Amino acid sequence: MQFFDVRRVARIIGGLATGVMLCAGAGAIDISGAGATFPYPIYAKWADAYKKSTGVGLNYQSIGSGGGIKQIKAKTVTFGASDMPLKPDDLKAAGLVQFPMIIGGVVPVVNVKGVGGGQLQLDGPTLASIYLGEIAKWDDPRIKKLNPKLALPGTAIAPVYRSDGSGTNFLFSDYLSKTSPAFKTAVGANTSVQWPVGIGAKGNEGVANMTTQTDGAIGYVEYAYAKQNKMAFVLLTNKAGKAVTPASESFQAAAANADWTGTDSYYVILTDQAGAASWPITGASFILVYAHPDDPAPLGEALKFFAWAYKDGGPMAAELDYVPLPPALVAQVKKTWAAAITANGHPVWSEK
Amino acid sequence: MAIIDPRHAARQLIYEKAFRSATLAAAMLVLLILGGVAVSLVRGAWPALEHFGFGFVTREIWNPVTDEYGALGPIYGTLVTSLIAMLLAVPTAFGIALFLTEICPPVLKRAIGTAVELLAAVPSIIFGIWGLFVLAPKLQRYVQPWLIEHIGPIPLVGRLFQGPPFGIGILTAGIVLAIMVLPFIAATMRDVFDTVPAMLKESGYGLGATTWEVIWNVVVPHSRVGMLGGIMLGLGRALGETMAVTFVIGNAHRISASLLAPGTTISSAIANEFTEAVGDLYTSSLIALGLLLFLITFAVIAIAQAMLRRLERRVGS
Repeated sequence: MQFFDVRRVARIIGGLATGVMLCAGAGAIDISGAGATFPYPIYAKWADAYKKSTGVGLNYQSIGSGGGIKQIKAKTVTFGASDMPLKPDDLKAAGLVQFPMIIGGVVPVVNVKGVGGGQLQLDGPTLASIYLGEIAKWDDPRIKKLNPKLALPGTAIAPVYRSDGSGTNFLFSDYLSKTSPAFKTAVGANTSVQWPVGIGAKGNEGVANMTTQTDGAIGYVEYAYAKQNKMAFVLLTNKAGKAVTPASESFQAAAANADWTGTDSYYVILTDQAGAASWPITGASFILVYAHPDDPAPLGEALKFFAWAYKDGGPMAAELDYVPLPPALVAQVKKTWAAAITANGHPVWSEK
Repeated sequence: MAIIDPRHAARQLIYEKAFRSATLAAAMLVLLILGGVAVSLVRGAWPALEHFGFGFVTREIWNPVTDEYGALGPIYGTLVTSLIAMLLAVPTAFGIALFLTEICPPVLKRAIGTAVELLAAVPSIIFGIWGLFVLAPKLQRYVQPWLIEHIGPIPLVGRLFQGPPFGIGILTAGIVLAIMVLPFIAATMRDVFDTVPAMLKESGYGLGATTWEVIWNVVVPHSRVGMLGGIMLGLGRALGETMAVTFVIGNAHRISASLLAPGTTISSAIANEFTEAVGDLYTSSLIALGLLLFLITFAVIAIAQAMLRRLERRVGS
């Protein structure tokens, strides 16, 4: 007895295969990217809006900057995303081009009795001493000196840090390393570092929670997190000696004051920038693409998407408390695209 | 007269052979996967092991900036949190299982049994979030200050309970792990106790033994092997648990005398750092941590097997 009608089965399989191929065909113009988790919310929001207006989808996997770099080097994605810029030499060796896409800031937050948001002022060396364990009480003379009017309690300081490797960690430790030689030698800057004191909490939500529930705690979170949770943020003294409030304007000031034109491959870390209004722990999130892609079509689509995001993505970014790049920087990035990203001698992207 | 149709017999023989090879292939697949895991772990870990040598296991340093890695902190955290979990969970599970099989009125038996099984079905991330948002603040406010004040000053033991009350840390991770492994151990023990023949127990009662005497002299000796199996199942889970621990352990690559201090475990270190690890030595060191966990779990299973064999021999003689 025959259980299956062979021809019918063959027809079904054939139909399925055609369907799959059609789907693959329709999805071929979709853009694929992978990397940093920090910009994921805004990339996802842009992708959604872009799909609605153009029909072109973006599949972005937020697997972390390290993963993004590995994926683009393995050529499994059209672009990689990293919160830490790659060094120009590494880029050249891998045949990659990088450019900044979006800006964000890291904000120290505290939980000290009697201290509200924007009342406590700290500077880099003091913050570094706290995270080195050298300043252990809130009424330490070094903190009092910066805050003569504030009544600070004698509670012990509980430093909270991000335990998972992240761009937030990199920006924070990089800022402390730039402003405190002691921190630079003892700890240094990276996506995760060996903190000598304190407790590690996972993710922004972990740090925020740990800080809120521990009396005397200090932590650092992405700006959006501090703002949306109404946490007691800290004012920081910047390179110009001015106390600044963390806000979109001060992040953009840091980005505008950075020397983008004079730096090879946009290898600019926005911490501790000059300028009276610059927030000192600002950072950009970067995109990595091939300078000479084997298949220029998907990269062309990706660059079209990025151009659209620069032009129309600003309000959406602001809704999520990200900061768009300053216009001058966008113009420069587009010049880089036209000049450096080519296939068979022709630029992959051109301004229409 | 029933005659076996030779064609039918031949077909059955083919089916039988096909079935045998299918099961063999399924069993071989396990070995193949395990072998593949071992090979890729060793290959991935090799750069780190070659660079640091035996020092990788004995040094307490984890510095991605200077690219220096030693696994002693995570190894210590893994073993100590699992030990705390077992110390808390095994006696409790023993109590639950005994109550359910020997003492519990039948009405409650179903309800409590189902509750234990449901506890096993809760995803680990839920335990992590609960540990961080519910358990840790309570421990920080009520339990840890008491421990620091009353047990802290005692010589030797006190050293385990000193320092500021963070709420999270090695002890909290151990407690959360204990709750997580409890249902596995309890359910296994209950099933094992259920297999004790009623005749044996009734003989004990018939001789005038109390419930406690029957449990200790009849039920427990009869089910030692199965109990050990349940404990090992729980220990295996405690050693490898990742997400819940990551939330509540404090994630510091340090070894502190105090159980209230933050620490780290092998699996939580990997979960924390692997996504953003850039650089060959860093990734390789994280994979080497995975290899160590593989070896530790393997050692636990080997020890359990050896203990089982000894027990069986003693029971047999």
